[in-house]
Amino acid sequence: MVTVNNLTKRYDNVEALRGINFSANDGEIFGIIGPDGAGKTSLFRILTTLILADGGTATVNGLDVVKDYREIRNTVGYMPGKFSLYQDLTVDENLNFFATVFNTTVEDNYELVKDIYQQIEPFKKRKAEALSGGMKQKLALSCALIHKPTVLFLDEPTTGVDPVSRKEFWEMLKNLKQQGISILVSTPYMDEASLCDRIALIQSGEIMNINTPSQIIADFPDKLYAVKAANNYHLLNELKQKADVKSCYMSGEYLHVTFKTENEPTIDNIKMHVIQPTIEDCFIRLMK
Amino acid sequence: MKQFLSFVRKEFKHIFRDKRTMLILLGMPIVQIILFGFAITTEVQNVRVAIVDPSKDISTQHIIDKINASKYFEVKRVINATNQIEKVFRHGEVDLAIVFEERFNENLNHTGKARIRLIADATDPNTAITEVNYATSIVAAVQQEMIGTNAVPIQIIPEVKMLYNPQMESAYSFVPGVMGLILMLICAMMTSISIVREKETGTMEVLLVSPMKPIYIILSKAMPYFVLSCVNLINILLLSVFVLGVPIAGSLVWLVVVSFMFIMVCLSLGLLISTIAKTQVAAMLMSGMVLMMPALLLSGMIYPVENMPAILEWISNIVPARWFISSVRKLMIQGLDVSYVLKEIAILTGMAIFLIVVSLKKFKVRLQ
Repeated sequence: MVTVNNLTKRYDNVEALRGINFSANDGEIFGIIGPDGAGKTSLFRILTTLILADGGTATVNGLDVVKDYREIRNTVGYMPGKFSLYQDLTVDENLNFFATVFNTTVEDNYELVKDIYQQIEPFKKRKAEALSGGMKQKLALSCALIHKPTVLFLDEPTTGVDPVSRKEFWEMLKNLKQQGISILVSTPYMDEASLCDRIALIQSGEIMNINTPSQIIADFPDKLYAVKAANNYHLLNELKQKADVKSCYMSGEYLHVTFKTENEPTIDNIKMHVIQPTIEDCFIRLMK
Repeated sequence: MKQFLSFVRKEFKHIFRDKRTMLILLGMPIVQIILFGFAITTEVQNVRVAIVDPSKDISTQHIIDKINASKYFEVKRVINATNQIEKVFRHGEVDLAIVFEERFNENLNHTGKARIRLIADATDPNTAITEVNYATSIVAAVQQEMIGTNAVPIQIIPEVKMLYNPQMESAYSFVPGVMGLILMLICAMMTSISIVREKETGTMEVLLVSPMKPIYIILSKAMPYFVLSCVNLINILLLSVFVLGVPIAGSLVWLVVVSFMFIMVCLSLGLLISTIAKTQVAAMLMSGMVLMMPALLLSGMIYPVENMPAILEWISNIVPARWFISSVRKLMIQGLDVSYVLKEIAILTGMAIFLIVVSLKKFKVRLQ
């Protein structure tokens, strides 16, 4: 559904995309995972025909993003990162407005948004500005879905949303996928990566790896250890000095450490145990 | 079409729900017109008068007494030589000088004609006009009186001279000025701000990635402001006629035509600004600096264009408000025929076409 060939984009002296390639298949949730400033929004804007790439080509549903931009705009749904709806319109008015703009009515496609919209329906007379972050997100998703798009572009849909709403949001995406909608979603949250079918890890405008989340984790080459001390910061500095330590960084209340040696390493007086790497660990390894 | 209507409806909701915008859009024109209007019609009282009376006869004394007796005037100085007039004006001692010719009574009785000269300080043109009008009406009353007692028909000819502002703009010059200012503000500034707001909040991205043609997005954003401008135009005209008593002396149809032309110019200026500005603040500053200031200072609303230095006069040619104000003055205040404003109409039409073409050319179907 989406193919990207050697796409480049630069703003003045910042290179936002440095020749990226990937293709997302029909009916999958494809995640673009990367920190702020990695080039996610530029990529989404190029794919939704909002900006022009400097080099390379891209297609959505087989349509060229430059040449066939009108057709693409008819068929895709897009929810930009800073999309904040019309704050002074009510929930109902927002949804109805976007439905008409997309040449449809809320009644026609109610089935599609029903699951999501039902949650915010009790507040339908409330202005969008008075909604909570999670509610806003659901309303924005409803607005992006109301015309039954074949491909849905979600740029950081869960940024600034509480963990419970985030979880609900991903549940909704799974349901949408079952209804045959392909989803391209970006997020800076590594823990959301495992909820995608396939992910691309992106950093400084370059894609470092593309695979299923489980395969990316399986490809982690080293044994990963978690250690913990009373003063983690001291320990971190100490470990970084050691010759056989390959990498060491903080992750929550633990330090994650990999070693250059295959044999069981030991650190004095500290208990350590082997853990399963996460996408974040894979990302950090690839960044090096 | 359904998209378009729904969009326009949404746009009106934005306007009606924002009390402050509403106030600016509908309240300000009314307040401005009334403020300026009543500033114009303020009664003139205790005007300080200087008299130059070389003939010192019965008629001049009679007129001087009448002037002095009126509640509007107060004779402050009696000057012997005309060359001192300039001096007393410069010292700000008097507002009006009344100069009788030599052998005033003699001339009146023998030739039936005598001259009286009214010199007013016209730095404030509105007051000056009122002063001169009052003085001439007193002189006319005296003349009427004398005709009654005299066998020969007599005529006192007042000659008016305006010091410092000889072009003497009309007393109602503010009505056309305010019209120009308000239409500029609503069409250009509000349209550009409302389009840029969509860019700023990110809703423009969603709208662009929709089946709606970008040009319709822009048109439906401009539509409500066009309607509001028309409402304001009607408001201003009604207020001028019924509250301020400024009559529409000329053709109402042509006045409306000229206003529409000007509204089109302003709307396209607003669109042009919205394609350049990235933030609402930038849009506001641009419309303020590029549109409002020239409309205020270079349009002839406050300072007559004819009195400007050549370079400013030249620049004022590209200020649309100048041509609009000038044509409204001619059509509405002076009641001239449309043939006198053909030049203005042609220039405004040209500007409208040029700006619409440029802003459509500059309009982007993408974000950048």
